[in-house]
Amino acid sequence: MLRQLFNFKGGVKPQTNKAPSVQAPIGQAPLPSRLYVPLHQSIGGSPNPLVQPGEQVLKGQLIGSADGWLSAAVHAPTSGTVLAIEDHVAAHPSGLPTLSVVIEPDGRDQWAARRPLDHRTLAPERVRELLRDAGVVGLGGAVFPSHAKLTAAKTVAVEQLVINGAECEPFMTCDDLLMRERAEESVRGIAIFRDLLAARRVLIGIEDNKPEAVAAMQAAVLQLGEDYEVVAVPTRYPAGGAKQLIRVLTGKEVPASKRSTELGVQCFNVATVYTAYRALAHGEPVISRIVTLTGNVEQPRNWEVRLGTPLRDLVALGRPKADTSNYLMGGPMMGFAIPDLAAPVVKATNCVIAGSPSLFPASPPEMPCIRCGACAEACPHELQPFELYWFARARNFGKTQEYHIFDCIECGCCSYVCPSHIPLVQYFRFAKSEIWSREREKQAADAAKARFELRNARAEREQTEKAERLARAATARTAERKALPVKADAAASQPAASVEAAVTTSPVDAEAVKKASIVAAIERARAQREAVQPRNTEQLSAGQKKEIAAIDARRAALADPAKPADATSERTGG
Amino acid sequence: MITTLAIMALGAVVLGAALGYASIRFKVEGDPLVEKIEAILPQTQCGQCGYPGCKPYAAAISAGEADINLCPPGGIDGVRKLADLLGREVKALEAEEKPKQVAIIDEQTCIGCTLCIQACPVDAIVGAAKQMHTIIEPLCTGCELCIKPCPVECIYMLPIAENLDNWKWKYPVIEIKRAA
Repeated sequence: MLRQLFNFKGGVKPQTNKAPSVQAPIGQAPLPSRLYVPLHQSIGGSPNPLVQPGEQVLKGQLIGSADGWLSAAVHAPTSGTVLAIEDHVAAHPSGLPTLSVVIEPDGRDQWAARRPLDHRTLAPERVRELLRDAGVVGLGGAVFPSHAKLTAAKTVAVEQLVINGAECEPFMTCDDLLMRERAEESVRGIAIFRDLLAARRVLIGIEDNKPEAVAAMQAAVLQLGEDYEVVAVPTRYPAGGAKQLIRVLTGKEVPASKRSTELGVQCFNVATVYTAYRALAHGEPVISRIVTLTGNVEQPRNWEVRLGTPLRDLVALGRPKADTSNYLMGGPMMGFAIPDLAAPVVKATNCVIAGSPSLFPASPPEMPCIRCGACAEACPHELQPFELYWFARARNFGKTQEYHIFDCIECGCCSYVCPSHIPLVQYFRFAKSEIWSREREKQAADAAKARFELRNARAEREQTEKAERLARAATARTAERKALPVKADAAASQPAASVEAAVTTSPVDAEAVKKASIVAAIERARAQREAVQPRNTEQLSAGQKKEIAAIDARRAALADPAKPADATSERTGG
Repeated sequence: MITTLAIMALGAVVLGAALGYASIRFKVEGDPLVEKIEAILPQTQCGQCGYPGCKPYAAAISAGEADINLCPPGGIDGVRKLADLLGREVKALEAEEKPKQVAIIDEQTCIGCTLCIQACPVDAIVGAAKQMHTIIEPLCTGCELCIKPCPVECIYMLPIAENLDNWKWKYPVIEIKRAA
């Protein structure tokens, strides 16, 4: 029975140019003289280096441990010596450096201990951990850690698991060759993801311009007795986008605000599935990937390349033609110009294209937008690129967000069809990164404000505390000054003084010491009480004076039974 | 006649009561405009505007005492946003705009006097008396307030270099067609 396929809106049909690189089988790229393995190769936290310069490492040895849950580990691609952990140019449009482990291979290519495991005997949590520690990330180009995508939504069961073998980018054939040559292992790997997500159905989507890959996958599925469905989808860029492929195969449209698992569907690239299988069933972490080397080269071909191999060494394998002017990483639609060939192959490097003026003619000059709406028709996400373009160009970023710029997958369809040759995607990338940077700045400013306010509150608190302390000290001092003559008086006549004297003569008597300290405390308290100066005592009328005298007399009478002959009350009274 | 007056009086009483209730129930604490202005200011708390922090400056702008172009860390972008919010004309910055920077303490020279710690408005410096001080770079707002108090001049400002985390796609350059 033929499966009913759905359609996604928009899309373009560029020339595929896939034929040159599928003539030869996947080749094993030779060991380069130096490997530059960047520690940060995936979305999420940057792994921490675990090795020291001068240390010997084995092939597959962990050299960077995952930092947090959303991160993936990095491993040594071959055995050798760590020369340095230093900044090296990154495989990034900016050409900026990133912390990399420089390894000099020893040529023996000796594996570290590998532990093959069967995922069915392990707890799902453990499998996710293993995948993270094996550095399994989405190899379609987004390099999102796969283990983080392997959790089903709480309320919705996973109906369909979509395996993405569409490979819609022109020139790129790495997934095609992988499915042709390593179909069985890829199909075995699907079982891991299916079991973790408890998916009911598995759909393998492959563009219909790859009949060999479709046949190979179908044969492998049959041979392994699985019930996966291999579906040939119409060739139309960007059918390999996760949301587009999900739409084509299941008819489900994933809204911007939701994850696909909330609709009961999840999507993985076929190369990711393959590496997950190698990681678990063979204990081999992700240390290499298949890279298409094509374009203006004598020998276009797919190579299995160790991560960290400098791009210069890789392109030399294809023997670039004399008129090669630049190199692209990724496809011609979504890729970027490599600023420096010293940059290494990383997990995101799916394709390297040598460009020449005849292959990629310089874009004609940008003309004004004529509001033809061709970009809106081509947009697979049903956005309005022309509106986004105006707002991005005017740096009106609030408006670009209102027009859902973050739904844009930067597929390049709009730039491709634009009759005015406007580099629309460039504007959208600019707007997106500007918005992100502003958000970062805003967060930093809010945090700074919070710290500033805390600091002010602290300063204020400290000041009031200090003022209180000073006030207390001042009262204590005045009390002392008042108490001193009192003590002198009291020492002559009070029994308290005799007790104190007794204490000093027989210090061994603990009971007496205690009593004496109590008495002394009472004395201090009394002195403090009396230190309170009566205010408004000048210019008193005779009646008031009489009243005060009467009160003092009453006080003295009250104090009498506890302490007879209160000399001080007489003093204050007078 | 009496009924009309009674109705009008009743209406006045009812509406007055409603207004009185609303003024208590929906009372806005503080000045919302000050908060909006403050949200635009970069919170460096540097005092370069002449006010002791971003909030006082926001209050001064709101009261019409200060101009909107006195905040160098906010840059011309900040002026533009303030102008948008307040419906004023965009003006050139009073002082020159500097790239974002962080303070760095030369730890060899630091004598541990704690003066910079007291000066830092955002608690971005750690250290103790007679111990070396250091700046927590991600927390530093680049306000330069720590430079003056340092008795041994061991603090300097370093512009933040572009790296992979703060790298941005550039504004597409429109090539002007060469005249034939």
